[in-house]
Amino acid sequence: MADALIEFRNVNHIYGKGTQQEWDALIDVSVSIRPGEFVAVLGHNGSGKSTLAKHANALLLPSSGCVLVDGMDTRDEETVWDIRQRVGMVFQNPDNQLVATTVEEDVAFGPENLGVPSPEIRRRVDEALLAVDMLEYRLHSPHQLSGGQKQRVAIAGMIAMRPKCIVLDEPTAMLDPVGRQEVMQTVRRLNEEENITVLHITHYMDEAIFADRILVMESGRIALEGTPAQVFSQVDTLYKLQLDVPQMTALAHRLNKRGFSLPADTLTVDELVNQLCQ
Amino acid sequence: MSITVENLSYVYLPDTPMQKQALFDVSVHIDDKEFVGIIGHTGSGKSTLIQHFNGLVKPTSGRVLVDGVDLTQKGVNLRAIRRKVGMVFQYPEHQLFGETVFEDVAFGPKNSGVPDAALEDRVREGLAMVDLDLDVLRERSPFELSGGQKRRVAIAGVLAMKPAILILDEPTAGLDPRGRDEILSQVQSLYQAWDLTVILVTHSMEDIARMAKRLIVMDHGRIALDGTPQDVFSNADKLRSMGLGVPQVTTLIHELHRRGLVQRRDIFTLDEAESEITRVLELKRHGNA
Ligand SMILES: Nc1ncnc2c1ncn2[C@@H]1O[C@H](COP(=O)(O)OP(=O)(O)OP(=O)(O)O)[C@@H](O)[C@H]1O
Ligand SMILES: Nc1ncnc2c1ncn2[C@@H]1O[C@H](COP(=O)(O)OP(=O)(O)OP(=O)(O)O)[C@@H](O)[C@H]1O
Ligand SMILES: [Mg+2]
Ligand SMILES: [Mg+2]
Repeated sequence: MADALIEFRNVNHIYGKGTQQEWDALIDVSVSIRPGEFVAVLGHNGSGKSTLAKHANALLLPSSGCVLVDGMDTRDEETVWDIRQRVGMVFQNPDNQLVATTVEEDVAFGPENLGVPSPEIRRRVDEALLAVDMLEYRLHSPHQLSGGQKQRVAIAGMIAMRPKCIVLDEPTAMLDPVGRQEVMQTVRRLNEEENITVLHITHYMDEAIFADRILVMESGRIALEGTPAQVFSQVDTLYKLQLDVPQMTALAHRLNKRGFSLPADTLTVDELVNQLCQ
Repeated sequence: MSITVENLSYVYLPDTPMQKQALFDVSVHIDDKEFVGIIGHTGSGKSTLIQHFNGLVKPTSGRVLVDGVDLTQKGVNLRAIRRKVGMVFQYPEHQLFGETVFEDVAFGPKNSGVPDAALEDRVREGLAMVDLDLDVLRERSPFELSGGQKRRVAIAGVLAMKPAILILDEPTAGLDPRGRDEILSQVQSLYQAWDLTVILVTHSMEDIARMAKRLIVMDHGRIALDGTPQDVFSNADKLRSMGLGVPQVTTLIHELHRRGLVQRRDIFTLDEAESEITRVLELKRHGNA
């Protein structure tokens, strides 16, 4: 597909290749991510989500097959820089990503490396910190922050790079409910207003509701793919894949088992309220 | 085993420009065999508080007593305390160190005096409790596992010690939904089977509503609320202003209450919501018939 921003073509990834501990983490994965798309990736522990994500900016290279970012092959060493500029990444544990002595230096690190002029850096840093509600911590050391605060700084650091695509690997796992909401709103706004492509890996089914498309991984393969309504209405299949459905979908499903007839693709509180109060 | 905290204050990096007070005059008592949930916004002091419970962090002022032993006293045997207080830290990577999964999980029980001959069983049992198989993982490096697998190994290592107090700091972050449910029900059954005291720190209002009999809410280094889930979750607005919230089913029930469909507002779990909604819908159906 020519208009894909990221294209995985028959990607295999084997960890520990040639050792006694070979592990097939991705098996013949083909999928393309379109510019401006919001894609959520679900799947049980060890199903290959992080491995997939790390292929999107050449942190990992396919054992066979290829990954194209904006048409550039990640195996081509000369493109790594261009690829990392286009695809920003936030990991499960931000501890390993925060490097500078203050929060604002940390956020400035990316744009500085890109050669962005200083006044512009200042503006981007403030904007990014404001977006994650961490502006008042800009002079703190990242190491003194709590887990959730670190996650927000890591996200700010990525936003300041103005990438075309952001890959978030469980960015909200350590956040309080309001923090999670803020991050998800931030990510959605970046997607909708700035047209930034989003690849969002999560174990919170509720965070996948807003995606354009959901990919469900299982043992290194994409087992299920579709819109949130299409995917989450397959309640029993998801349970079999050790996953869950959004709380409101689960409740509607249970009520239906008791003889009511609510739409199987109910996803949000508002939808369920409206259906119940009809 | 009980825990008593008296007028506990804690300051990180005192007398530096980066000084940060994380706890302000906190007093609380947790009884033997209680199941307590601790919630609070990020940075509210939850991890700092619980790290006092095995002497990992020393109070700047105030006292912490575990099973009647004052941890701030000179010469106190912290090793003996740590044998009884099992702590699963917030980031599992920080807890893993073994070259193999076996070594990692065996470390705690070995140190607390489990004889070599019994270690194998302990490790197998610990891993089974988090749905991992020793035979598959024995020689794997814990650092070469997925995020959720690492967390499971870290939890297994603590469970394998059979502690008297189990403290879990965000144990389900990074676990898939099934793993989350399984580990929480495992904790619940260990709580009953082993007569444990359990302290569970979490950002999941859903989980904590289902599990804990008592909730402690931290806010900016202080205890803001302390009571049953019913008490605590009746303060929806206050919780929201503190970075928290109520379970999503509670939001639903409140909205249904506002629209006049249900009379109750004190519903916090999926099970309760299911039966209450079923009840009112059936009444409505018969009323209309
Ligand atoms: N560095 C590594 N060396 C060897 N095997 C690895 C390595 N990293 C991951 N694996 C294995 O590859 C598989 C996929 O791992 P991956 O991290 O992609 O899973 P995941 O879907 O992100 O899981 P989680 O939800 O737990 O984060 C797992 O079985 C894991 O044990
Ligand atoms: N090592 C440290 N040095 C300096 N300050 C710290 C350190 N660890 C935590 N803090 C600060 O102490 C306060 C309490 O942090 P703590 O980690 O106890 O919060 P928490 O409630 O566990 O948060 P989270 O939900 O994010 O895990 C925060 O403001 C944090 O910035
Ligand atoms: Mg992962
Ligand atoms: Mg914490």
